[in-house]
Parts: sequence; structure tokens; C-alpha cells
Amino acid sequence: MATASSRAQRPRTFADARAMASSSSELGWWVFMRISGLLLVPLAFGHLWANNMAFNAGEIDFAYVAGRLAQPGVKIFDSFLLLFAMLHGVNGLRYSIEDYVKRPGRRFAWKMVLFTVAGIVFVLGVMTLWAFSFEEMGDAVRALGAE
Amino acid sequence: MQINVKIKRFDPDADKRPYWADYTLEARPSDRVLDVMNHIKWEVDGSLAYRRSCAHGICGSDAMLINGVNRLACKVLVQDLGEKIVIEPIRGLEIKKDLIVDMEPFFDSYRAVLPYFINDDPPPPGERLQSPEDRAIFDESTKCILCAACTTSCPVFWTNGGYIGPAAIVNAHRFIFDSRDQGKLERFKVLNQASGLWRCRTAYNCTEACPRDIPITQAIEEVRREMLWRA
Repeated sequence: MATASSRAQRPRTFADARAMASSSSELGWWVFMRISGLLLVPLAFGHLWANNMAFNAGEIDFAYVAGRLAQPGVKIFDSFLLLFAMLHGVNGLRYSIEDYVKRPGRRFAWKMVLFTVAGIVFVLGVMTLWAFSFEEMGDAVRALGAE
Repeated sequence: MQINVKIKRFDPDADKRPYWADYTLEARPSDRVLDVMNHIKWEVDGSLAYRRSCAHGICGSDAMLINGVNRLACKVLVQDLGEKIVIEPIRGLEIKKDLIVDMEPFFDSYRAVLPYFINDDPPPPGERLQSPEDRAIFDESTKCILCAACTTSCPVFWTNGGYIGPAAIVNAHRFIFDSRDQGKLERFKVLNQASGLWRCRTAYNCTEACPRDIPITQAIEEVRREMLWRA
């Protein structure tokens, strides 16, 4: 008969074995959440400042956005914001799913939905930021300015 | 003073689900909740089931959810709760009867972290000495009485009973930070599991619930930082 201590340390089902799997990935995510959380403060407030305070938010139009996105610095800044916000947010939601969805099948399904939606949002974001070359964006802005 | 006590009761042989039992009785403001419960059991309804042993906050038997907070029934006075007292079993563990829950999953987690001194070196003549400074590092985590008030106040534990829980981490802390102990890496292996240390979301419920005032969340963070560099 299994003693209590061997019960605690020996997996009996696949789910047990999964729960007892020891890797340092969760440690890595824990560190990432702290570092990305710190980085997101200047990134998010910088974005907020650039779009709402440095410029009147009511007057933002395509020309302003296209002009901003034509600048490499803005592309890089916004790409970091997108990357860290998505990874930080998605990992936070993953934590919630793992904590609150009890059944393994449902947990897997919810995570797949999350990762799919997050993947689509991320790809769309990257496309918006990087799909057009600097020259084309510049041309678009100039064309708008000429109208 | 007259008080009203509501107790969540459940007898698996007779009830399909827990129900609330109401008791109105006389109590002194200086009575402890345990005195009130003893009065109910001895004078009103002998079928009421709960654990208690030392009745002085040391054995950790009578942790229960009193007015929404996990506490020891023997350490809370009626005067601090008022005229209405609501008592439930601690959450996240299977109810055996009334306020008695199955503590086995809790002790499984406790045993998993190897809560004993590990040192394979032959013992020196006399004692294995330690400086007062080294002893002070884990002083708080020696105070745990395994009442489960912390683990059963943890929202992660409520929904995911596989989570190793704050009590096990505190007891791992007690040995991980002991300068004479050599079992740190074995304990890290257990704590690094998917249902281990990293599931803590720093809700601080455990710290608030601890009847021994152990800074539990701080202990968890200390173990994490130690693991960060050594795991």
C-alpha cells in the first residue's frame, strides 16, 4: 500500500505527472512578468503621451498616424510595446486559466483560444507597424499633404 | 450578552449538501469562539463535529472560517466579533463532517517539501552550531503550527487543489535558509513543479490568515529569489 509520502511524490496519472513536471519555464515566466511589467510603465505611458498629450487626440488622423509610423524610432518603440504588452497580458490570462479552469480538457481548449486570438492580434499589430516601407509611408503622407 | 451563531453543517450520511444551523445563546464577551462551540456541543447539540486539542493556539487543530476570515477558534474572542458569528469549515478541502475537513492533501504537500533536517556530513562532537544571525533568517518560518489557515485561505488553492500551498512553502523556507541544511536543491525540485511555488499570485490572504503572524508572502518571495539564482 502506498504511504502518504510516496503518494505525494509519485505521480499516479498523466495529469499528476504533468503537475509534477519540474522545469524552470515557470521561473522564467515569473522573471519575465516582473521585467516586462517594469518596461511597460515607460512604454505604455510614452505611447499615451505621444498620442494624447503631445498632440491633441481629437485631431489625430491618418496623416498623423502614417507620419508617425514612417519614423523608425516609433516603429521600434511601438513594436516593443506590442511585444511586451501581448506577452505580459497573455501570460497573465494563461495564469488565470490555469488557476480557474479545473478540467484539463477545457483548460487546454481555453488556452488554445487565447493563444490563437493573441497570435492573430500580434500578427495584425506587426503588419500595421511594419508592412509599409518608410518610403511608401512617406509618400502617402506627402500625398495627403499635397491634397 | 446574547449571541447568534450560524454554523455551516454537513453530515455526509444524512445530508446531500451543507446547510446553515442557527444557535442563539448567552456568552460572555471574554469567551473564545471555541468556548461557544463547546457550549453548543456539550449543552445544545452533541452531534456538532469539530477538531480541537490544546485550545491555546499551539496545536493548530481548530482553524475555521470565522466571520469570513480563517482563524483559530481558540484565539478569537466573542467581543471582537460582535453578536453575530458565522462559522464555516476551512475551504478547499473535502468536508468530512461539519467543521472537520480531510487534511490529507494538505499534509501530502507538507511532506513533499522534505520538512526535516538534511545533512549527510558526520555530526561533529557536540552540536552543529549556528550563529544567532543565521538562526534569525528563518526564525519566522519556525513558528508554523500546520493549522492550514493560510493554505485554505489561498484563492489558487481553492480552485486548484494541486497547488502546493503557502504552508508547505513556509516549511520549506524553514530548512532552505538553515545554514546547516544540505537539502536545498531537492526541495527546489519539488517547489519548481508546475503546481509548485510559481503558482503563488501574491494575494496576501495567507499572511492575513496566519494565527502566528508569519509573514508568509514574504517567505514565499524569499524562497523564489533564492531559487532564481540556485535552481
